[in-house]
Amino acid sequence: MIQVDNLEVTFGADTPLENRALRGLSLTIPEGQFVTVIGSNGAGKSTFLNALAGEVLADNGKILIDDQDVTRWPTNKRAGLVARVFQDPLAGTCEALTIEENMALALKRGHGRGLSRSIRHEYQKKFQEKLARLGLGLEKRLGDRMGLLSGGQRQAVSLLMATLQPMKILLLDEHTAALDPKTAAFVLELTKNIIEEQNLTALMVTHSMRQALDVGERTLMLHEGNIAFDVEGQDREGLDVPDLLALFSKTKGEELSDDSLLLG
Amino acid sequence: MSSIAFFGAVESGLLFGLVAFGVFIAFRVLDFPDLTVDGSFPLGAAVAATLIVTGWNPWLATAMAMVAGCMAGVVTAWLNVRLQILNLLASILTMIALYSINLRIMGKPNVALLGDETVFTPFENWDIPFYLINPIILTGFVLVVFFLLVRFMTSEIGLAMRATGVNDKMARANGVHTGRLTILGVAVANGLVGLAGALFAQSQGTADVTMGVGTIVIGLAAVIGGEAILSTRTIARWIFACLIGAVLYRLAIAVALNADWIGLKAQDLNLITAVLVTLAIVMPRMKLLKRRGGQA
Repeated sequence: MIQVDNLEVTFGADTPLENRALRGLSLTIPEGQFVTVIGSNGAGKSTFLNALAGEVLADNGKILIDDQDVTRWPTNKRAGLVARVFQDPLAGTCEALTIEENMALALKRGHGRGLSRSIRHEYQKKFQEKLARLGLGLEKRLGDRMGLLSGGQRQAVSLLMATLQPMKILLLDEHTAALDPKTAAFVLELTKNIIEEQNLTALMVTHSMRQALDVGERTLMLHEGNIAFDVEGQDREGLDVPDLLALFSKTKGEELSDDSLLLG
Repeated sequence: MSSIAFFGAVESGLLFGLVAFGVFIAFRVLDFPDLTVDGSFPLGAAVAATLIVTGWNPWLATAMAMVAGCMAGVVTAWLNVRLQILNLLASILTMIALYSINLRIMGKPNVALLGDETVFTPFENWDIPFYLINPIILTGFVLVVFFLLVRFMTSEIGLAMRATGVNDKMARANGVHTGRLTILGVAVANGLVGLAGALFAQSQGTADVTMGVGTIVIGLAAVIGGEAILSTRTIARWIFACLIGAVLYRLAIAVALNADWIGLKAQDLNLITAVLVTLAIVMPRMKLLKRRGGQA
């Protein structure tokens, strides 16, 4: 279970450029829940994800993962609890390393690293099995550099890498946004399947309201560093994009006019 | 060129192969432009020579030189990782500091190893031409280091170090302590350079506080040259390319200095090196620029 309590993050505090990215955000995510997050540019989505991952440390508030206070933990210490897929396909993998090296790196997430060989036969077999389910033929290309793969292939591999080890929460940072529609659909389908199969707790940020409603069990909208609305269960069923916009103007008393949110 | 000059060049090429390994770790693996090398090379020489003169076992003295090099690397990386000083500047600070430290260690600008026992001494009476002895011993040294380095780079920690250099955010997300690995990597790099300095002092019979000038440029020339000639497809080939680059570089310099009609002298060495490195860096980009120009 993930508990976020009154989380505050301010960039450039006490300067003219002060930006209060998160303003006392609180949230509880029970184990096994798949949450989607929407919000316009500057709403605090990325900061929230970075704060959960440890890339940004909170100025105030608490983050508890399974009742363990991780608020002050740096990213690498949290890695055993938090897995992540980045928006940019280049960010989540090392293009200079081979597919198997990337996977071997992810295989040790949350474990100590020693001087034993990073690539072993039993690992390679495991990687091949995992890659084979993608149906992209990557299982025959373990020794190829990651840089040779397309963006979609890299995101698919990133997703596999993130799920090689157990985690308390999987963070998906608009991980289909940089892909063409067909590839994005493929990666999204894969995401849904993996999350369902392994019963993962997941938080997916997306720019598309449609996507936010179509996948997962709960949808949050962030606005100005806080949660504008939070719908799940019956309230969420049957909701459509216009309903979301109405919900937003009702709770916030203002019209949403940012083009950066995809209505489709 | 005489065999003595040829094998002399091979010998120094092998020594600078160790420097090239260090430069490879810092510049290529960690993407950390580390100039500490210019200080850790004479540091290794100073430590080894001083200890040998005071009667230490040469092997132990060489090991201590390596440790000293590692410590220099730790200081540089620590300045960068902990105190957040720009990596290039951090390494320059350590390099400058080492000049004083090297003088302190030796107590004078240079130490001569005349008649003292070095790691090469036990092989002196070997029944082969004398100019072959050092190159053969150094080949052994360098190959051992090469295999250890390749083994390290393919280990779990080595893989994490390589990821730290190319994508530190991704490395952290996978649980890699990137700061710690940067410190370890720069330490190993300078340890190898310290080892090279220690062996250099013993093969030349002297340690001098100014002997480090330009070490980094020679190391870079070796790495860039090796990459231009050989494949860098796997980490083992890449590291091997650095070694070959170092040997070929020293040979090329020896040929250039030996050819009287060019008119180059030993004191031109640093200038030639600087020009060669500049060309090696710019040439691949020139091709690119030309191609772009053609399209416009």
